[in-house]
Amino acid sequence: MEPEDRLGLYRMMVLIRTYEETILREYHADKKPVFDIGAGLIPGEMHLSAGQEPVAAGVCAHLSADDAVTATHRPHHFAIAHGVDLEKMTAEIFGRVDGLGRGRGGHMHLFDPATHFSCSGIIAEGYPPAVGQALAFQRRGTDRVAVAVTGEGAANQGAFHEALNLAALWKLPVVFVVEDNDWGISVPRSASTCVTSNAVRAAGYGIPGHRVEDNSVEAVHEVAGEAVARARAGDGPSLIEVHTLRLWGHFEGDAQGYRSDLEGVPGRDPLPTYEKELLAAGMLDDAAVSSIAAQARDRVEAAVAFAKRSPEPDPDTALDFVFAQA
Amino acid sequence: MTLTDASASSSAPAHRKLSTAKAMVEAIAQEMERDEDVFVLGEDVGAYGGIFSSTTGLLDKFGPRRVMDTPISETAFIGAAIGAAVEGMRPVVELMFVDFFGVCMDQIYNHMAKIHFESGGNVTVPMVLTAAVGGGYSDGAQHSQCLWGTFAHLPGMKVVAPSNPADAKGLMTAAIRDDNPVVYLFHKGVMGLPWMAKNRRSIGPVPEGDHVVPIGKANVVRPGSDVTIVTLSLSVHHALDVAEELAPRGIDCEVVDLRSVVPLDTDTVLESVGRTGRLLVVDEDYLSFGLSGEVIARVAERDPGLLRAPAARVAVPDVPIPYARPLEYAVLPTPDRIRRAVLGLVSA
Ligand SMILES: Cc1ncc(C[n+]2csc(CCOP(=O)(O)OP(=O)(O)O)c2C)c(N)n1
Repeated sequence: MEPEDRLGLYRMMVLIRTYEETILREYHADKKPVFDIGAGLIPGEMHLSAGQEPVAAGVCAHLSADDAVTATHRPHHFAIAHGVDLEKMTAEIFGRVDGLGRGRGGHMHLFDPATHFSCSGIIAEGYPPAVGQALAFQRRGTDRVAVAVTGEGAANQGAFHEALNLAALWKLPVVFVVEDNDWGISVPRSASTCVTSNAVRAAGYGIPGHRVEDNSVEAVHEVAGEAVARARAGDGPSLIEVHTLRLWGHFEGDAQGYRSDLEGVPGRDPLPTYEKELLAAGMLDDAAVSSIAAQARDRVEAAVAFAKRSPEPDPDTALDFVFAQA
Repeated sequence: MTLTDASASSSAPAHRKLSTAKAMVEAIAQEMERDEDVFVLGEDVGAYGGIFSSTTGLLDKFGPRRVMDTPISETAFIGAAIGAAVEGMRPVVELMFVDFFGVCMDQIYNHMAKIHFESGGNVTVPMVLTAAVGGGYSDGAQHSQCLWGTFAHLPGMKVVAPSNPADAKGLMTAAIRDDNPVVYLFHKGVMGLPWMAKNRRSIGPVPEGDHVVPIGKANVVRPGSDVTIVTLSLSVHHALDVAEELAPRGIDCEVVDLRSVVPLDTDTVLESVGRTGRLLVVDEDYLSFGLSGEVIARVAERDPGLLRAPAARVAVPDVPIPYARPLEYAVLPTPDRIRRAVLGLVSA
């Protein structure tokens, strides 16, 4: 890989991590001393993606804003890597009028037509619409692709399998991405399926499947590059599974009492690993590390400030946007 | 079964207080002890104990054979519960949020709800489908709905929604023992969860031992003479708060907790409206084509002369539940909206 590309992946991972740490801080800031999920500047469920940065950074490096990404209930890393406007996204998470959905959607329901980004809180249900986006791209004779993301838990849903079959049948430009972080809330992968890799399920639909085992951003980048190229060339869909890491709870407030692997988790954090790799390769030095971190912090704090400045929606507008205006 | 002995039940059992969640679990545990055929399945019902604590402690007590964590495959595991029920078992199967019903609705309304009918009454489906309902904590449009009207609209399943701990236990016991499929919808806001703003009535006295609340019997939770507020689930508490607030102003509200949407206790509603002459229906489900219209239609069909003023309703005005707090509270049936509706009725 070119040094600039490697640095780009690193920068993106740092930006995502900085974002998630900041949301973590803002989410909990006013929920003390007693955690109340409905209280505070950011109410409701909050699923953060720390540990899964390599997947979003590696895949989205091959995309432009013309390509579509459909993410899950844990959407921020893909939104950021796909270039969704950070300020509008943050305003949405804060429930403000300048948010992507004018405060209607919230953190699990981010929609950005500018980058064809969407997500869904209903497990696996983002897969079929991604197939439809790919159909539209194909019909219009473009080389655009749709990327659909789920967790490994979602790979046990009917929608997942139907979408794979349809996309394969119609040879659509879709890249199916599975983030295997080992856990579907409290249920480990071993208790939800007998296949050790969801990549083998691709064979059931006659498409290529590939599993990346070590949460390495460069490995993801390589495999995703092949899948995206294949889709762009009109050769149809493929499936990529990445064995990644849920660094924190399923959602904020999750005490993870069920989790048996916690002790080893910090050591598997992909960010320091990649940083060390680039430092050792001479691609980064301490000054660069701090300046990249500072840049990320500035961008994220600016987005949070933008969100906080934006007003809350007027209750009198609560019934707007149920139907499109003629 | 752990039946309460005489001494325990005489030592003021009514003062034992439980959260709605614990009362619900107690009913399931007692029925599991009473009947080997009762078992629990669903997502995160085991070690996690249910995302809304609806199964806490059951795994420790009964083990993984009778408390089964499932993959995220609602069509398959709800369908499996149906099959087990057809063979005479009594599954309690959890759909984590009612909002997820879309991915498994065929199993629910074409199978669970129709098999008894299609078999000419020869096959029964004695199962309980539980799900969390309701909003008020900014969980967005895909995690905040009530949707009981949807299930009630489709024939063949009973639909219950407790508002308090004692009813949660009594309705669960009745649901498990019922030979029909029962959809048991618990509002997150009444469960008494430590991580959610707590309703003060979400922890209350619960009878020990056997406690059955018959399905299909509404409860007049507050007698009154001026206005009947018919409602259920969390809205019962808002209605009671409004009634208490208006009482000193000389407005006396009667509050009817439906407890069961199917069957709907029309008689209790009619008797109440007969006393007050005014009807307000409060429903956290969508306004149109739902529970509020149904209750008013039944009164209008049976005895429209009972109404001294046009009936009124407070419900979610046909909009997906918005995320931002000011928007969400503009569409939920808040005490403020209920109060205004009551005042409108008495001045009409
Ligand atoms: C249809 C449906 N069923 C259940 C849920 C509840 N739920 C939300 S996230 C989740 C676990 C998802 O696990 P996985 O797909 O592995 O993604 P991860 O959370 O690990 O990123 C579940 C069960 C849901 N949102 N939608």
